[in-house]
This record gives sequence, C-alpha cells and structure tokens, in this order.
Amino acid sequence: MNMSLVKKSLVASALVLGICGLTALAGGKGIKVGDDFPDLGTFSLEGKLPDDLKGKVILVDFWASWCGPCKDSFPVMEELQKTYGEKGLVVLAVNLDEEKSAMDDFLKKNKVNFTVVRDASKKLVSAVNISSMPSSFIIGPDGKVAAIHKGFHGKETGKQYAKEIGDLLSKRVASK
Amino acid sequence: MKDRILLAAALGCLILGSGCANVKPWERNTLADYTMRPDRDPLTISLCEHMWFSREAASGGRGVGGGGCGCN
Repeated sequence: MNMSLVKKSLVASALVLGICGLTALAGGKGIKVGDDFPDLGTFSLEGKLPDDLKGKVILVDFWASWCGPCKDSFPVMEELQKTYGEKGLVVLAVNLDEEKSAMDDFLKKNKVNFTVVRDASKKLVSAVNISSMPSSFIIGPDGKVAAIHKGFHGKETGKQYAKEIGDLLSKRVASK
Repeated sequence: MKDRILLAAALGCLILGSGCANVKPWERNTLADYTMRPDRDPLTISLCEHMWFSREAASGGRGVGGGGCGCN
C-alpha cells in the first residue's frame, strides 16, 4: 500500500477531529457577567415582549415544560414580579419547548402574571448558550448582565434573586 | 501490514469521532422523560436486585452500600 495514502488518511482524520473539537469549544462560549445582553427584539420571539424594557431590571429565565426545577421556579418568579414589578422589575420567561402545545398545557396548569415568550427558532438561547436548565440572567438598567444563575435550587436561589434584584433596583432609584 | 493497521486506526478515529454528539440542555426533552429514569419502578428494581444477588452473590453492586463480596 502507498505510504502517502496512509499519511493523507491520518492527516484527514486529524483535521476532522480537530474541526470537531474546535466546534465543540466554540459551542461552549456563552455570555458572562458584565457583558451586554443581546437585544431581545431581534430574535423573532413568539409572544409579545413588554413595550418598554429600557432602563428596567429584567430577569430572563430560560425554561421548558419537561424540566422539574423550572416548574419549581415559577412561584418564586411570580412572587418577584408581584413584589418588585412596580419598582421596575420585568420577569421574562423564555420557553424552549419543541412543541408550542407543551408550553400551552403547562401554562394552563401553572397560571402566571409575568411575561412568557417562546424561542421557537432557538436563536436567542443559542446566542447566550446556556449550560443547564433552567438558566436565568439578571440584567441591570444599563442592559448589562448583572448575575447568571445555572439551575434553580429552591429558596436559596429565590433569596439570591431577591437580593440581586433589590440591589439593582436601589441603584436604579439612586441614579434617577 | 503496518500501513494497513494505521489506515484502520485512522478510519476508526473518523468513525468514532463522527459519533460524538453535543446535546444542548434545551434538547434534553426525551432524556428528561420519566421512562428514562432507572429508578422509575421500585418493585422491578428490588426483584432485579434479588435475582442478581442470588445469581452473582453480588448484593449492593448497583451503586449502594456493599462491595459486591456477597458477605451480607
């Protein structure tokens, strides 16, 4: 057998594996605390976004109906919206179910007053590239990510949400 | 012969490499299903454990206490 053929095969294998590795590494890049959160209006999300998000503190939560901790987080987010909504908090839940009917069934059983939209194309979630379900981002009035939460750990996460959101809202009032 | 082994190894790497899939967290709907849980049926698990222990003398080899020595 021709040696060059073997060498070529080895080089081709190394290239393919290298490209696979680089793709995986590139896929692992997400946004960090301090980064600008992507403009929500540019992702063709299903559902109506609140009219004026500028200058507000926003809790963006990525969830799906099949995810247990996501369900646990709903009463906490509802309470946050109730407590801090008038002070300038917007809770925005972004659904990632493959079927819209799954989201609708879930929302029938778990009625909420905060905004729920659906990222059917998965463009937004791909842009922020979350690593676990649920994942949430607390965005300050300046549009920058102030905190990132991976998963939902009951009261502990609820307390952290309240503290971080309270701090951001106090700074927002102080800067006015 | 050595070339053939190298070529086979390269092909093997390609085939195995192409089998790697990166499942995103939001794509785990089916994996999160209740039927995918190994502990979904406690009765079946206990019967399987009993048969396994009787056959292999390896109680506790399923991630619980015991070292599989059959001492208990």
